[in-house]
Amino acid sequence: MVKNVFASRWGVIAVGAVIGVLAALLQKLGNPGNMGICVACFERDIAGALGLHRAEIVQYLRPEILGLALGSAVAALATKEFRPRAGSAPIIRFVLGMLAMIGALVFLGCPWRAALRLAGGDGNAIVGLCGLTFGVWVGALFLRRGFSLGRNQSAPNMVGAIFPLIIVGLLALAFIFPQIPDQGKNDVLWYSLKGPGATHAPFFVSLCFALVIGVLAQRSRFCTMGALRDLLLFGNTHLLGGLLALICAALATNLVLGQFHPGFVGQPVAHAQHLWNFAGMTLAGLAFALAGGCPGRQLFLAGEGDGDAAIFVLGMIVGAAVSHNFALASSPAGIGAHGMAAVLIGVALCLAIGFTMSGRRA
Amino acid sequence: MKKMIDARGLSCPQPVLMALEAMRLDNGELTVLVDTDTARENVGRAVASQGWRLMTDVPEDGGFRLVARKE
Repeated sequence: MVKNVFASRWGVIAVGAVIGVLAALLQKLGNPGNMGICVACFERDIAGALGLHRAEIVQYLRPEILGLALGSAVAALATKEFRPRAGSAPIIRFVLGMLAMIGALVFLGCPWRAALRLAGGDGNAIVGLCGLTFGVWVGALFLRRGFSLGRNQSAPNMVGAIFPLIIVGLLALAFIFPQIPDQGKNDVLWYSLKGPGATHAPFFVSLCFALVIGVLAQRSRFCTMGALRDLLLFGNTHLLGGLLALICAALATNLVLGQFHPGFVGQPVAHAQHLWNFAGMTLAGLAFALAGGCPGRQLFLAGEGDGDAAIFVLGMIVGAAVSHNFALASSPAGIGAHGMAAVLIGVALCLAIGFTMSGRRA
Repeated sequence: MKKMIDARGLSCPQPVLMALEAMRLDNGELTVLVDTDTARENVGRAVASQGWRLMTDVPEDGGFRLVARKE
């Protein structure tokens, strides 16, 4: 069998480092502060671009998300790892995707962005990463009790191809209806005129960087949640190397580019309500752990034919719409009007899923 | 004792957890069936971490059959 060098210890470390450097460069090239790549924020922006929510400052069909998924699909096809599969508790995965997004938008970032915020000097990221670790730890307890969403099944090719095809369709929309200067809408796509949604690197640069990351991450199985889970569950540091490399490489690049600004207050697209930064990421971490991957990993799995991971991604996009429509999402001014209630209900729901689906082997 | 684990269709980290549990309870030989390259790599690492040796790693039915033995 051909050995996959990217899945070696140094392979995943190299991939993490590449992601860290490219993310910091994307910020330099125009993406929002400490948001070179944020899978949750960028899926939220896509929800806005499609008109699923009405938050005018976060509407942009982010090419990074499209590139990550397509890169993974290309890598999986090229290495004959594309394997259509589905049928492992899809509705639960959809809800976990929604809850993960709701939690991430209370903190204002997915685990990738938490790492990038830390590398940019945002002290609130430490609180968020602690919350993430706690959530993953709770998820690991359920896994140890035998938590399972059940087996998936091999599926017809179309089941695996439909998600990459949706991504191709979104890419086509971005080409057909590009942003018109000073216009908030071009036919079917919404665009932000101010705020994070109006702040972005050139389209093709973002797309190309993300394609590279998608290929590398599919090969290396890079996963930020898995990094913490494997450490807590069986002391394995394989994936952790990738996460730490991402942080170190982004930090080094930020220092070189003058993008490192240490502090807690006034950080870009962030708030300093520690309890809710912690609790939001606890909810996200628990949902990621129960669903078996961070949002990046879910995109890569969806790209290689995993229909259940695709359902999780769609759940995240719907969760973003709900977050903004119901005032659950935070802003630099603080948490949303119903953010607290959403986190508490979300954690309760995750615990209910954890308890009721544990204790038996599928 | 020869033990067989069918971890096909299960998402990570379940194949690894099942393999670790089997190796903890058993001192002989373990066969694990997986259906993704990721699970195959993860189980391979788990086997090595317990001081077992991977004897066989072959494609089977669209997945892989891994056989490990305690050193």
